[in-house]
Amino acid sequence: MPDDYKGPVPVPTPETQDFWDGAKRGELRLQRCDACKNVIFPPRPFCPACASRSVSSFTASGRGKLYSYVINHRPPPGFGPDPHAIAIVELDEGPRMMTNIVDCEQTPEALLLDMPVEVAFTPVSDDISLPKFRPAGG
Amino acid sequence: MESRSVAIVGAAETTDLGRIPGLSQIQLHADAALNAMEDCGIGPGDIDGVATAGEAPAGIAHYLGITPTWVDGTSVGGCSFMLHVRHAAAAINEGLCDVALVTHGESGRSRVGRGGFAGAPASLPGQFEAPYGLSGPPSMFTLGVLRYMKETGMTHEQLASVSVVQREWAALNPRSTFKDPITVDDVLNSRMIAYPFRLLQCCLVTDGGGALILVSKERAKDFPTKPVYLLGTGESVETPMISQMEDMTTSRAFKVAGSTAFEEAGISHDDVDHVMIYDAFAHLPIYGLEDLGFVGRGEAGAFIEARNPAPGGPLPVNTNGGGLSYMHSGMYGMYALQESVRQMRGTAPAQVPDAKISVCHGVGGMFMASGTIIMTNEA
Repeated sequence: MPDDYKGPVPVPTPETQDFWDGAKRGELRLQRCDACKNVIFPPRPFCPACASRSVSSFTASGRGKLYSYVINHRPPPGFGPDPHAIAIVELDEGPRMMTNIVDCEQTPEALLLDMPVEVAFTPVSDDISLPKFRPAGG
Repeated sequence: MESRSVAIVGAAETTDLGRIPGLSQIQLHADAALNAMEDCGIGPGDIDGVATAGEAPAGIAHYLGITPTWVDGTSVGGCSFMLHVRHAAAAINEGLCDVALVTHGESGRSRVGRGGFAGAPASLPGQFEAPYGLSGPPSMFTLGVLRYMKETGMTHEQLASVSVVQREWAALNPRSTFKDPITVDDVLNSRMIAYPFRLLQCCLVTDGGGALILVSKERAKDFPTKPVYLLGTGESVETPMISQMEDMTTSRAFKVAGSTAFEEAGISHDDVDHVMIYDAFAHLPIYGLEDLGFVGRGEAGAFIEARNPAPGGPLPVNTNGGGLSYMHSGMYGMYALQESVRQMRGTAPAQVPDAKISVCHGVGGMFMASGTIIMTNEA
């Protein structure tokens, strides 16, 4: 929540503004190459697969699966005293992103690789909401 | 460099100049690069060398979609790019790359997305990794390991055996920080740092240093020491963001650097007598043995558990005790190189009998970069 979040706050650039604007609205924005259909993340105004400068943003499904994680037993300042998972989620559209898993015990027993997850945005400032993920349907 | 041996075939500036508040600094590099590619009719897939300053070469290469076999991040102020051109000519003549890209971009006036250090809040890692509660390398470098374990079946015990075997080597080395024997149980009962990694699976933090002096093969005859020849070399980078690795269970940079070095050396894995693999964490020898081709996919855990890299085993690995037990100052690669040199000179505390070829493999960042040096003591 904005009032008690003390971690790093992303600063958008022109190329990532659409992503963060979408996140604030509760939408997970990705890009797709108009030429080769490659899905791109993190955002950039060209395709790293074919170099086309014609790419379009779209709202992703927000669904994915838990690809891998660690449970950090030495949380940095601003993240509370309890161990928390730093996770990699593989989106249904293909790209992977770093995130946290919320609404879930932070234990190996609860955090099962390949379990379906869905995006859950967490506001950390007036302008920035972080895309986190929770167990799908949970 | 021989005159006229290298030419500039593509050249361009950014689409706009002056005030460009709509582009971040890394996109200025990319805009100029894409324009230069267009100028000479090639794409990122045709480029295998990257030099830049101001931004990291790994950041530029990954952003543009380039898999380099040569990178140069020489950063010496405004004339850096003259040096890059010179280095690129040398690299091309030496066959380290065929098509080298030198980029510059600087949001000097608008100061958009201008990093100063990794993790600056407008950098890509700052936006897409830093907010998730990271505590440095132990919580990041290790991120792919649970995935690796699920895909290959490697057990926690096998991963723990890396630390056990290296401690055995460390016990033979008077300069090692830790020499007391440890067991798999000791490793698995040590303090949790970032599950599945425990304290004894993380490197030391120590002080130290090292240096190397290199001369030509001809000149080496004038020195009193036994010469150690460079047999093969390789390098590559992948991405400064561990979350964006192509596959978090294997390192593309390891594979490119390793295969380049082996090809240049003209040797097979059976020819290798001694191996060093930079071990900031216990999974690095696992990834290294597989990505360098010493064992197949998913085989490294069992290979180490069966003591193949241990004292008396057929493939001695990290014979100084490694970053896990010998020492680790932060940039450990120098110490791996020093141990390979000792083994080739025949002066290592835990000397491998009759060793003639040593493979020394390093990592930079967190699977961001890699370099492989193959040495021999035979002229």
